[in-house]
Amino acid sequence: MEQLQNAIAESKSHPSTRTTRPIVTGASVLAIKYKDGVMVMSDTLASYGSMARYKSVQRICKVNETTLIGASGEYSDFQYLKDLVEELTDEEFDEDDGASMSPKEIHSYLSRVMYNRRSKIDPLYNFVCVAGFKEGKSYLGALDYFGSTFEEDVFTSGYGMYIALPLIRKDWSADMDEKSAVALLEKCMTVLFYRDCRTINKYNIAKVTASGVEISKPYSLKTEWSYKRFQNPHIIE
Amino acid sequence: MSATGSGYDLSVTTFSPDGRVFQVEYATKAIEKSGTAIGIRCVDGVVLGVEKSIISRMILTDSNRRIHTVGTHSGIALSGFAADARQIVNRGRDEASSFKNYYDAVIPGNVLANRLAGYVHLHTLYWSYRPFGCAVLIGSYSPQGQPELYQIDPSGVCHSYYGSVIGKNKEAAKSELEKIDFSTFTCKDAVREIARIIYKLYDESKDKEFTLEMTWACDDTKRKHTRVPKDILDSAVQYAKELRAKEEQDSDDDDDDDDPPPAAGKS
Repeated sequence: MEQLQNAIAESKSHPSTRTTRPIVTGASVLAIKYKDGVMVMSDTLASYGSMARYKSVQRICKVNETTLIGASGEYSDFQYLKDLVEELTDEEFDEDDGASMSPKEIHSYLSRVMYNRRSKIDPLYNFVCVAGFKEGKSYLGALDYFGSTFEEDVFTSGYGMYIALPLIRKDWSADMDEKSAVALLEKCMTVLFYRDCRTINKYNIAKVTASGVEISKPYSLKTEWSYKRFQNPHIIE
Repeated sequence: MSATGSGYDLSVTTFSPDGRVFQVEYATKAIEKSGTAIGIRCVDGVVLGVEKSIISRMILTDSNRRIHTVGTHSGIALSGFAADARQIVNRGRDEASSFKNYYDAVIPGNVLANRLAGYVHLHTLYWSYRPFGCAVLIGSYSPQGQPELYQIDPSGVCHSYYGSVIGKNKEAAKSELEKIDFSTFTCKDAVREIARIIYKLYDESKDKEFTLEMTWACDDTKRKHTRVPKDILDSAVQYAKELRAKEEQDSDDDDDDDDPPPAAGKS
């Protein structure tokens, strides 16, 4: 308690270097394990509060041949995480000794980073998913800005946790093929686009399988707006 | 170099009356017995090759790396004390990493070379340090630049080269390199040429058996510094061995001029 009071007092006396609220944010990221690996999907928007400010932002990125990460929350913190992880992969490339980091190791490294930042009350304000496929096994790990980590078959963040997760739980199975996995994620993203105000209809979908990491170019999903109530909201029937 | 130090060579902080720092010159001696390292700057990249003497049959063939990747697009080939050179490599990696953090770009070859030259020079300035007992060749092909080759010797002097050699037999190897037309030489030519030169200068009676370690940073590798693929290296070694065998035969009959470098494009 005393430490917390000291921290607060300290931060009042000179410019604060701690932020506990995000400024430029990304919305949900969804990820599911399927038969051939792991599939991840997110939209390409970075919002500035309620403004849809940066509309072509990639929130999923490749780490190495076996892993990718995707994040929602503060976009600058995600860029920082990307840089950290790129440092790791560069070191690995330089060392050139045949060893390569597995998705689990990258997940562990990032979780240490996140936890250390939260312990300084200066969190990296992200909800990150680490998706990978190495030696025939899929890996899907989650990290949040408290430093909690867990491993799961499905991952959702932001509004996805409330809206998409129940939809995924209904239709998900471990041996889904690629087409059904894509269809499931696209269905969830469409619902999120209808219901979450901080999204746009432009997505990246990515998969990591035995043949490596593939991130799609941005594309849009079909949406349905020709409902009578949308077009003429004042009509009472 | 036949002048004895006679009192002016005890410390790196002492000049001799004729303006030499003997300790630095002695450091250069440490390299003269070490395995040859050759670097060639080509039109489409840089190639580095090192003759690695097999010190013991027990060593795992690939474990004794003499060329290290620094900052993904540069390579450092060493000759002399491997442990000393390791320090230079580690420093190079730190420099590359901090450059990337600052400028979000791959460190250009000239920046890396100048930073490392400064680092090596640093160790010739203080009584509490000894100079590095090694020389390095830095081959670099950064995304926004040209292929570059630099050599740093223990005095901290850094020069840019088209072709350079450090280690034993370097005079003979240098005269071989001088025959190359660098304006048209490609990386694939350079791999064969380096193999040819090293095999040519190998003296069975004096030198231990060796393996050849070669790396390149070229357009084919997207400018990243990696080991030359095994099949290309093997065919270059094959070519070098055949040429050496042929020259030995020919020299028994008559003295031939040395063969000119192979025609461009063959691999």
